[in-house]
Amino acid sequence: MSFATRGFSGRRRAPDDRLPPGQTLVQDWPVLSAGPTPHVDTADWEFTIRDETGDDHRWTWDELLALGAEDVTLDIHCVTHWSKLDMPWRGVSLDKLFENVESEHEFVMAHSYGGYTTNLPLEDLLDGKAWIATEAEGEPLDPEHGGPARLLVPHLYFWKSAKWIRGLTMMPSNDPGFWEQYGYHIYGDPWKEERYW
Amino acid sequence: MTHHLDGNVLAGALSEVFTTDVTAARARCGGCGRMSPIAEAMVYTDAPGLVARCAGCDQVLATVVDAGDRLILSLAGLSAIELRR
Ligand SMILES: [Zn+2]
Repeated sequence: MSFATRGFSGRRRAPDDRLPPGQTLVQDWPVLSAGPTPHVDTADWEFTIRDETGDDHRWTWDELLALGAEDVTLDIHCVTHWSKLDMPWRGVSLDKLFENVESEHEFVMAHSYGGYTTNLPLEDLLDGKAWIATEAEGEPLDPEHGGPARLLVPHLYFWKSAKWIRGLTMMPSNDPGFWEQYGYHIYGDPWKEERYW
Repeated sequence: MTHHLDGNVLAGALSEVFTTDVTAARARCGGCGRMSPIAEAMVYTDAPGLVARCAGCDQVLATVVDAGDRLILSLAGLSAIELRR
């Protein structure tokens, strides 16, 4: 199964219409990294959603995949001015992971192996808008691109799609993550060019 | 492979905000306490900003974000910096 997150109308827009302002189309896939690349074996990998009750929801690698991965084709937009269109990904929808999570909190901090963080409103992770991605372009995600698994939130600038994802913590307020503390926008909508503070 | 360079790559950006060459200055890591010239930091440049990390413990010492009409600088990972007169 394959569908596009943009163009739900069924009509594909021309590539120029699909490039947010200030973006340039690339064919390759640049590697961006703010620190050393963690190497996490899927046997040791674990994903946790922590809510205000203190009861963690945990998944091993096999438990994640058992929820059912789906194939999606979508566009990604990096704040460093490049975009990739029609990129095939495979991942588990966050709707499945949040199915049994009860929380009053409206914001989420994503935490990665290696210490990276990024903040998001919960609503931006639900309703088919976000995945825990395990494959891209038909291959398992390699560590440079965030493997074994990364967050995938394609409607926001790609720094929000945290590589090496290890968990999400529910937050009562929209506290800034790594780049959001150091100068990048708290939300990061590429169509509004929300790049910096 | 994730590439990083040494702290000298910060010289251009920091010369916009400091009157002295800060890369030669010694600074103390707020994480492990290591005292070393900024030039010895590990700087990740293939990123949305420059990220300088401690060569001893990997903690983020400093970041520089080029926001076009603004430079957004963090030195939050350094507990102190020594600027020679
Ligand atoms: Zn240190």
